[in-house]
Amino acid sequence: MSAPDDAAVPVAPNRTGALVGADAERAGPSGTAAAELQAGTQTGVTPLTPDPPAGRRKRGKGVVYWFCLGWLALVVLAAIAANWLPLPDPNAIDIINKTAPPFSEGHLLGTDGLGRDILSRLAYGARVSLVISVAAVAVGIIVGGTLGMVVGYFRGRLETAVMAVIDVILAFPGLVLLLALVAFVGQSLLAITVVIGFLSIPVYTRVARAATLAVSQREYVLAAGLMGGKTTRILFREIMPNVILPVAAFGLIALGVVIVLEGSLAFLGLSVEAPAATWGSMIAEGKRHLDDAIHIALIPSVVMFLTVLSLNLVGDVLRSRFDVREANL
Amino acid sequence: MSIAAELPVPPATPDPVDPLLEVRDLHTWFDTPRGMVRAVDGVSFTLRRGASIGIVGESGSGKTVLSRSIMNLLPKKAAVPASGEVLFEGRDLRPMSSKQMRSYWGPQMAMVFQDPMTSLNGVVKIGRQITEGLRQHLDLSRQDADAEAVRLLTSVGIPAPERRLGEYPHQLSGGMRQRVTIAIALACGPKLLMADEPTTALDVTVQAQILDLLARQQAERSMGMVLVTHDLGVVANRTDDIAVMYAGQIVEKASTRTLFRRMRHPYTEALMRCIPRVENPSHTRLDAIPGRPPDLAALPVGCRFAPRCRYAQPECLAENPPLFSDEPGHEYRCFFPVGTSAGAEALERNERAGSTAAGTTMDLLTKASA
Amino acid sequence: MAGSGTAHLRDRDDIVLTVEDLVVEFPLGRGRKVHAVSGVSFDLAEGETLGLVGESGCGKSTTGKAIMQVPRPTRGSVRLRGRELTGLHGDDLRKTRPQMQMIFQDPISSLNPRRRVRDIVGEGLSIWNRDRDGASRSRVDELLSAVGLDPETAGGRRAHEFSGGQCQRICIARSLVLDPDVLICDEPVSALDVSVQAQILNLLEDMKARYGLTMLFIAHDLAVVKNISDRVAVMYLGKVCEVGPAESLYARPTHPYTNALLAAVPRPDPEAGSTSVPLEGDVPSPVDPPSGCRFRTRCPRAQERCALEEPLVRPVGEDHFVACHFPVHAADAPADAVAGVATMS
Repeated sequence: MSAPDDAAVPVAPNRTGALVGADAERAGPSGTAAAELQAGTQTGVTPLTPDPPAGRRKRGKGVVYWFCLGWLALVVLAAIAANWLPLPDPNAIDIINKTAPPFSEGHLLGTDGLGRDILSRLAYGARVSLVISVAAVAVGIIVGGTLGMVVGYFRGRLETAVMAVIDVILAFPGLVLLLALVAFVGQSLLAITVVIGFLSIPVYTRVARAATLAVSQREYVLAAGLMGGKTTRILFREIMPNVILPVAAFGLIALGVVIVLEGSLAFLGLSVEAPAATWGSMIAEGKRHLDDAIHIALIPSVVMFLTVLSLNLVGDVLRSRFDVREANL
Repeated sequence: MSIAAELPVPPATPDPVDPLLEVRDLHTWFDTPRGMVRAVDGVSFTLRRGASIGIVGESGSGKTVLSRSIMNLLPKKAAVPASGEVLFEGRDLRPMSSKQMRSYWGPQMAMVFQDPMTSLNGVVKIGRQITEGLRQHLDLSRQDADAEAVRLLTSVGIPAPERRLGEYPHQLSGGMRQRVTIAIALACGPKLLMADEPTTALDVTVQAQILDLLARQQAERSMGMVLVTHDLGVVANRTDDIAVMYAGQIVEKASTRTLFRRMRHPYTEALMRCIPRVENPSHTRLDAIPGRPPDLAALPVGCRFAPRCRYAQPECLAENPPLFSDEPGHEYRCFFPVGTSAGAEALERNERAGSTAAGTTMDLLTKASA
Repeated sequence: MAGSGTAHLRDRDDIVLTVEDLVVEFPLGRGRKVHAVSGVSFDLAEGETLGLVGESGCGKSTTGKAIMQVPRPTRGSVRLRGRELTGLHGDDLRKTRPQMQMIFQDPISSLNPRRRVRDIVGEGLSIWNRDRDGASRSRVDELLSAVGLDPETAGGRRAHEFSGGQCQRICIARSLVLDPDVLICDEPVSALDVSVQAQILNLLEDMKARYGLTMLFIAHDLAVVKNISDRVAVMYLGKVCEVGPAESLYARPTHPYTNALLAAVPRPDPEAGSTSVPLEGDVPSPVDPPSGCRFRTRCPRAQERCALEEPLVRPVGEDHFVACHFPVHAADAPADAVAGVATMS
């Protein structure tokens, strides 16, 4: 047989024009490992099971995401800078100018039933909403997360006991318990934060425990133990970094829940005591003027709605990004 | 020298061999954030009635996507509108909707997957899972369908089939479950059986049983069979033809005997050489293939195997070789085929230079652990 | 093949690890239990690789983990350089860890996704406070280079940036950082593609030579096990069937199960002809294993005696042992006669 390259005929020409070494600058190990890497996927982001490269579609992280992020930034800024902003006193009563519509002179968003500036009250109210939600979530994550991680790792009787208590707390109607506790402890900002924080512990315990149960099964946890690592070291170095993300992602969404919860309390007259502005109390006060000045209730409602929606959307995007990475591992 | 003439353009006259399945220049691409993943990139092959073909490739070679493309099982949204045809008895399946395909799945073509638990419904009794298709496609009464199910379970070697009908999948062992999925696939007497890694999840002794079962059923029913696997050993004496896939393309295709006796593509050769063999003494240094297959989203211009190839020449980096053929039915995608003078010269040149045109050192390509 | 007995344990000075009558049972409640490992014995001499081969559910992985005392064996003895591990607790056990390391089947699950490669590989040194004066960094770099990764570029990355084969290299580097005597490899290549599998097998041979390792290599693939092992032990349903030097065991499989396993190995050679169906049925449940020889339900040579009496391990050749009443290569000779020959030699 003669050399085939002069006799053989191409039967299905199929010329490809692809990127050459597109990932060269991201190339990993060279030198001794040159061969392992030079063959193609020199990259970090090689899908490890590329056989079904099925649809990991681009996530819609576009305009809506950035709008939400912008809105949240605005709310946070307003809350922090309320004192320095050129805003009227949120509690200055001005009966003459009461129920002024938006875009009135000196009152961009109008005034409420007592003539107080709505924009100013929104900014100061953001403080209450943010302080309560962030602090309550922080309490939940720190206490509940740690508890969940510890019982999820050690299992055994401790877990049974803790989870039984958690289940009992969860079985209580949350709002009723909240009302009872607030009535008992008092209506200060601190008291309300502590109570909401306490009530959110069980949820975080469950989330953290579930995440820990999954992570504990991974072989790197076993490997760390077999290397001689002590339990606390394994908990903090191997498990916690993997548990904190799902818990934190959940916390972001829980922020919205807490804001709404504060609103509910305010509506029932059990939030921070008047005249301090909170979004919930603003809506509650606005309900008296639904016929003649709907903006008094509507504006804080829209603000609360946008904030909670933004938290949920941003939380979802962050969580799905985190999930994708996890799925990729 | 004979020249194969399987042209990419479909011949006007009907094929004299009456192919059951003809795949012509099939492309299945996926648009991902990383870029266009060319999972199947110009695959053509023909399967005669009652014949079998083995598709061999490593993970990432596109073999699974190929099998799903043929079955029209890929979500239409995921795949980029692709070129090529999948002709089943002369009709192109590609443009068909899932609704149209439903009359094909079962009585015309059926599939056996790697993991029986994913294809069996865990909360439905085995009997109902088998008879469902029978009653729908063959319009059998309940009694007839049950009797047929018992017959099917017997034919796939399940003891006490009457009792099994009332059991759930989790009550069976892995091997038994795979037998059940085969029974379901065979239920409506398909003309084509697609088996995607049917034994990968099973132990060797059970693997042998299942492969024998598939071969026996295929012969008895004169079904066409496509056996997709990563293991050359699995197809070596069980299919008529073998197609070796690499990075989305068939790099070599031949009858099984020819492929093993006169392999032409360096990848086929390397694949054969890197498998540990029970015949070889212990501590035999393996001829590992260095590196990894290319990223299907960033394929090189030239031959896709060139960076890992012992024969690579400058030409290989410049152009992806088309399919050559030097005997009927044997095709390969290489400029410097194994076992030819061109291949021998290329290898000698590289050995003298100490590295290939792709810059891979020859040391790495022989006894490397890297 | 019930394979109890310790006749194959060697009385030599260079034995590093001895496993004797290892039993691991998992309670299922209501008095039922999974008999995962039921009286397994073997030993590893210095610098030797013992292959532990068997089908899924035979207890080979549980054996590997029980040697590491996770889970603790129900009964039996594990001696590392003469020191009994089964009775050790807390810090005493922890202090033996550096001597014996393990790598796992799934290299991706074995690496913490939140940590960088250099920290993962150096974790052992950090645990044992051997990371003073930059000694840790040079040791980690040395190992990364040894397993074929460039420390400069790979060290700062996280596991998900690597392929399965590369992750397994990282796992190997991590397991060697404390300079262990014994390395237990639990199916280290079965999750990898064939071409990568060969790279890792070659790498393990290199590492063994370079760092003077004694290895226990657990796998289901007979060809892979033969390639890397000096001696091979075949397990079935929690028991050892046959132990012997790799060459002799593969050339003259004496246990009907070893024989069937070898016959079932798919050979990449169309001339080899179709292998006959070697075994019927599936492995019985380890919850309720058969009496006598556990292999008898699937054994083509089973007799009444196999149900009544558990075969003990006995010699059939030079350092080659089998637990069977009716071994294959002694096909025509009565079992007792074979045993007699063996005792004489």
